[in-house]
Amino acid sequence: MGADDGLMKEYKGRIPEPMLKTFKEYASEVGLSKAKQKKALERIEHRFLSSKIHPGEAIGIVTAESFGEPGTQMTLRTFHFAGVAEANVTLGLPRLIELFDARKDISTPIMEIYLKKQPKDDKELEKLIALIKEIKFSEVIAEITINIVKMHIEVQLNRKRMKEIEVREDALLKSIRNALKTVEITEKDGMLIMKPKMKELTLPSLYAIKERIKDVHIKGIEGIKQVLPVKRNDEIILIPTGSNLKKVIEIEQVDPTKTVSNDIFETAKVLGIEAARNAIIKEISKVLHDQGLEIDERHIMFVGDLMTTTGSVKGVTRSGITGEKESVLARASFETPIVHLINASMVGEIDKLNSVVENVLVNQPIPLGTGLPGLVTKMKEGKDEQ
Amino acid sequence: MVDVYIDEKYVGMVDNAREFVRAVREERRKGKLPAALNVSYERDFNEVVLNTITGRARRPLIIVDNGVLRLTEEHIKKLKANEMNWDALVKEGVIEYLDAGEEEEAYVALNEKYLTKEHTHMEISPIVILGMITSLVPYANFGQSSRLNRGSKTQKQSLGMYASNFLLRIDTDVSILHYPQRPIVRSFMHDIIHYEKHPSGHNLTIAVMSYDGYNMQDAIILNKGSVERGVARSSYFRPYVVEELRYQGGLVDEIGVPDKDVKGYKTEEDYRYLEDDGIVYPEAKLHEHEVVIGKTSPPRFLGELEEFSIAANMRRESSLTVKQGEHGIVDFVAVTENEEGNKLIQVRLRDLRIPEIGDKFASRHGQKGVIGRIVPQTDMPFTTSGVTPDIIFSPHSLPSRMTISHLIEIIGGKAGALAGRYIDGSTFSAESESDLRNMLLDMGFRENGTEKMYNGITGEAFNAVIFIGNMYYMKLKHMVANKLHARASGRIQLLTRQPIEGRSKGGGLRLGEMEKDCFVAHGASLLLKERFDSDRAVVYICESCGMLAVYDNMKSKAYCTKCGTNVDVSSVELSYAFKLLLDELKSLGIYPKVHLKSKY
Repeated sequence: MGADDGLMKEYKGRIPEPMLKTFKEYASEVGLSKAKQKKALERIEHRFLSSKIHPGEAIGIVTAESFGEPGTQMTLRTFHFAGVAEANVTLGLPRLIELFDARKDISTPIMEIYLKKQPKDDKELEKLIALIKEIKFSEVIAEITINIVKMHIEVQLNRKRMKEIEVREDALLKSIRNALKTVEITEKDGMLIMKPKMKELTLPSLYAIKERIKDVHIKGIEGIKQVLPVKRNDEIILIPTGSNLKKVIEIEQVDPTKTVSNDIFETAKVLGIEAARNAIIKEISKVLHDQGLEIDERHIMFVGDLMTTTGSVKGVTRSGITGEKESVLARASFETPIVHLINASMVGEIDKLNSVVENVLVNQPIPLGTGLPGLVTKMKEGKDEQ
Repeated sequence: MVDVYIDEKYVGMVDNAREFVRAVREERRKGKLPAALNVSYERDFNEVVLNTITGRARRPLIIVDNGVLRLTEEHIKKLKANEMNWDALVKEGVIEYLDAGEEEEAYVALNEKYLTKEHTHMEISPIVILGMITSLVPYANFGQSSRLNRGSKTQKQSLGMYASNFLLRIDTDVSILHYPQRPIVRSFMHDIIHYEKHPSGHNLTIAVMSYDGYNMQDAIILNKGSVERGVARSSYFRPYVVEELRYQGGLVDEIGVPDKDVKGYKTEEDYRYLEDDGIVYPEAKLHEHEVVIGKTSPPRFLGELEEFSIAANMRRESSLTVKQGEHGIVDFVAVTENEEGNKLIQVRLRDLRIPEIGDKFASRHGQKGVIGRIVPQTDMPFTTSGVTPDIIFSPHSLPSRMTISHLIEIIGGKAGALAGRYIDGSTFSAESESDLRNMLLDMGFRENGTEKMYNGITGEAFNAVIFIGNMYYMKLKHMVANKLHARASGRIQLLTRQPIEGRSKGGGLRLGEMEKDCFVAHGASLLLKERFDSDRAVVYICESCGMLAVYDNMKSKAYCTKCGTNVDVSSVELSYAFKLLLDELKSLGIYPKVHLKSKY
């Protein structure tokens, strides 16, 4: 016996579609009678309705408190960094602040690179890693010195290392020439001599050029310093320090559907705002979970929604979502009040006293909880009757 | 070639840095270079650093050559015979002081057992890791280090004999503990600092158990019998100081009983304890707001004197009164003069402080707590031999904090009290726990310190045996009498019309941002409004221009100063702080227009 069609029709729209679908499956699997189905649906609807948020519930404050209270405990715990193998990842309060503020420059960008196919052997893995890991010029240098007399830079290459990481000399020279067009490179006694083509070459500028030469990107993906293979659930994944989602998922062997970065802005740029929302939720949950704190997921989702609802990632700061509040008084009472007040006065903003902070400020009942409902009644005698 | 720096200044270069450093050290040990000199080779920067500047933290260590101590048996013999002292050891190059830089290169053995050929130094004693006050914690090597910090911190807050000439001194905010005792379980540091001359606690009998939930969390139960017998009684002293100041134009303050026609005269009652010189007499019992030292001052503005003076007295009353919420007995009166030669009166008030609920106590192991209840002795649990504890301490304070030293002190205190001797609890060299247990056993007690106990109310025996013993407990300077504060209504700030802040001024208790959030989260918006009604104001607002209007009491009519009387003016209830904000916005050149709308 399957699910009763009449009942299904009756409850359609009253309880969510997926819930109804699951019920349908179970009902036919267990074989419930119509009476029992009705009873079950009644209870489901009751549970569903009672789990809904009531009108006038202060979800924003409750969410803030749900983060704030365990947050105070976090500051006391000093373990804010944790090593994943050899890579250090910011955790704990600093990371949480970073996420809420939606910092563009996060302190430890990291990725989780999943592979389409597991590598057959270590050699294949190493080759893949070499493809991803960024190699800078400084890595293949044995010695770099400034010749003060001749005013040029002398570089002794580490040819052994070059062979190891498969960097060919002509390719190397080409990438340096591309990156630093003003530098003239000649070879002499196995030594590279670099002379900048500048009219007035001073020692400090030469020194600056030396530092720039060291930073020249030669091979691999920019921004990825180190790649660690980690075995997780019988699957080898790569964990690089540094993040460059766009370039990494372009690599053929990488599974673009699973590969993630902890950089919210990069995720938003490469995968879109919905992905960024998920990334925010995932990253916040991870931080809290690592600290042994349990916060209801819906609070985290609420924050994720708020931070991404405009289509771009915004932090919980005065330049982010707090600065976009409708009420002038609410904004002014948060940070930089004079700026907000003056800007508001210039355009003649009107504060309709619709939310919490501004009503506290003027000492009126806040439109939440008991202050939300108004009494609608017809007055017997009165001029204002409408 | 390695650069050499002396006191951060570059002086030259040496060829062999290590050899140079070694040679400098050797010369210093011989006494040819000052003992205050430290030298180290900084490998990372490839430079030799010599330091003689003051303010470096240095510590003494015994020098070791090839695994052999420079400190010989002979030295020890001489030291014991008082033929040699510390300075001689330093001079002879047996002991040297290392600073942070030189310590970096040293390889220090903890004791002779671990000494190898590679070692360069040896610790004089492991106890040097502790400071003076931390050394006062008995059995500190059985406790968690963070608890030791707390233990030494609480000892600094304990009441005791802070100075033996306290009767002759005037100090701010001090207390003297009545009948202080020296601890039964003690450490070597108690001898060194002559702790018996300024003890700060009592050896109390302590039972580790719960009692009707009144010692939840960190609360403790105190025996009323013990309190009445004088446990943790203290006297609190507070000075009241008045100076006879001189003002411009030859005017002076006048100490004395103010005349009745003086401006700001209090009631006659307030002056009743003053003697003819305007100062209270010793042993007078003063209550809050009563005058300690009578004083009048000249008028604040000279103009006052000329214009309105009806001849004689325009002086202001400026007597010093007992602070809000305080009382006491006049203990000591001193009449002197200060550096400028002005008359200076100092009166010291004394207040007997009997332990009450909320007073803070602590053992020496970072276990602090407040009194949760004072129980009559008849209701206290008792042992088979009839002993009732002075303190009941909650067992839940122990597992998470791991203060094993606290437990050992209870056993040690019990054994010491029964045997009639002191117990050495010095860190790392204390009498062993098993010895203490055997002592208890020998005296006919259970070796683990537990005893059968009975409920003091019902007389029933407890199923569990109770851990009971003696330990040193301290009363800390945080007493409720100094902190108790409540207010219904009172003074308000002139500017904001909100209640003023602070206990001493009888201020309000702030319902802060987070408390506000709590009301919001509960949806209790009308309650929230009521709580913020302290600066409620009814203002009149012109419905035409939206700015504040004025109410004319003579005509019983509100009007707008800008739009006149022919506009609608409504009264609105809002917080005075918001009215102030509107005014401030106007001063900024912003026009804050209020639109009014009927609520219903």
